[in-house]
Amino acid sequence: MTKTVAEINEKIKSGKAVVATAEEIIGIAREKGLARTARDVDVVTTGTFGPMCSSGVYLNLGHSKPRIKLGGGRASLNDVPAYTGFAAADLMIGANALPDDDPRNRVHPGEFNYGGGHVIEELVAGKDVRLVASAYGTDCYPRKQLETLINIKDVNEAVMFNPRNAYQNYNVAVNASDKTIYTYMGILKPRMSNANFCSAGQLSPLLNDPEYKTIGIGTRIFLGGGTGYVAWNGTQHNPSVPRTEQGVPKRGAGTLAVIGDLKEMDPRWVVGISMLGYGVTLAVGIGVPIPILDEKVLEKTLVTDADILAPVVDYSKTYPQREPDVLAEVSYADLKTGSFKLLGKDVACASLSSYSRAIEIAATLKDWISSGRFMLTEPVAHLPGPDAGIVFKPLNERR
Amino acid sequence: MKISRKLVLHFPPRIVEQPVINNLIKDYDLSFNILKASIIPNQEGYVVLELSGEQDKYDSGIKYITSAGVKIESLSHSVLRNEDRCTQCGVCVSVCPTKAFILDQKTRLVVFDNNRCVACGLCIKACPPRAMELHF
Repeated sequence: MTKTVAEINEKIKSGKAVVATAEEIIGIAREKGLARTARDVDVVTTGTFGPMCSSGVYLNLGHSKPRIKLGGGRASLNDVPAYTGFAAADLMIGANALPDDDPRNRVHPGEFNYGGGHVIEELVAGKDVRLVASAYGTDCYPRKQLETLINIKDVNEAVMFNPRNAYQNYNVAVNASDKTIYTYMGILKPRMSNANFCSAGQLSPLLNDPEYKTIGIGTRIFLGGGTGYVAWNGTQHNPSVPRTEQGVPKRGAGTLAVIGDLKEMDPRWVVGISMLGYGVTLAVGIGVPIPILDEKVLEKTLVTDADILAPVVDYSKTYPQREPDVLAEVSYADLKTGSFKLLGKDVACASLSSYSRAIEIAATLKDWISSGRFMLTEPVAHLPGPDAGIVFKPLNERR
Repeated sequence: MKISRKLVLHFPPRIVEQPVINNLIKDYDLSFNILKASIIPNQEGYVVLELSGEQDKYDSGIKYITSAGVKIESLSHSVLRNEDRCTQCGVCVSVCPTKAFILDQKTRLVVFDNNRCVACGLCIKACPPRAMELHF
């Protein structure tokens, strides 16, 4: 039996849709069997909440009187530089941006207490943010200096646009060297004394639709507590990695570029964070609904942590030197026990991605759909899949 | 009855050079285990220690150091988690040397047991949303 998105939407509208989270569906299908579950359940919701470095926000501030042309000038929000390569009143701020006077790693490891991610969180929280800008002045935009408080409720648009989020699977980071290292994967103690991973595993959006059959451009999603959309494949989208027999990628693979109205978001799901010795970034909550169109789609959502393998990578040498070596593969079921065996030794491990928040996102999205507040969309185009022949390119330097 | 408490002792500059802890041990028959300390001449200093002994001697000892000008705080009140900022990720779990953070396997929430905390401060800067706060 097959269903269409339109049929599922009819059920959502009448409050009759049956929705389960990607965690719950595993038990439901085990009990009822594949055929009955595919018939009974209409939507499976996924969720993930973790650092998503490639995140940003663009704003249209409205025009000052007299007018100023920010494009080609300079601007900062709470001292964090914003990008001014657009038109007069448009700005963009990236999660990793730092104030010019931040000491960075001059005293290693740097603390990185405040940056673009924090500005974005404060905007979402409705706090005033200080804009300082300078421009060269033109006949139509004569103003050269501007300093003012701005607030998300007063700007014309505040839009989150993230070129790469929701990584389908990710590295498990260890440190094989003799000294502690400070990475975007957290603090890694010497001689592989700890390991950090970063995925919601069986709840993660793209791990529940590993070949991108239902998630595509135009898919409506939970983004930062509001509604967003998949805009494109994310940057570094690499469907061509090795996969298990069930099609689950064994390396970081697909990614999503997502977009959504920042004004609708909630600071619980958009959190500025600091990685010691690395920099600032933004933790973002994303949840994607998967319409259960047939048994094949359902089967993929039954993936468990035991079925998903992540590569263990040495961040003291292999990663920084862009070497391909993987020390081992480990399942999320093992990672989530808090310790796993690596080359004969027990290694304590922890997650950068919050599983309890991922559960909350999947449950929230389930509630939105069950109560008829959130309709599903059919993708207007598919993301490149494993057969698309995508080759993941390194940067080869030349002169 | 024998008791044992983890305390933060704050030493104002004027008594930093007095052998307060020595007197405490000698005159009140208490044993101690210093977990962390920062004492610099002419500046305020602090000692984080575990103090154990008989209840009555412990009480008189505390009375003595208080009268000597030392401000006492219970360690469990010194390192706090700002629950509004914590995102329950788990970075602190592998950073903490005393296993004061435990990931609850069932709820997947990070439980902070501040009785195990020795206020080393490693979690403070390691915490990505900066939810851990040191109050001394």
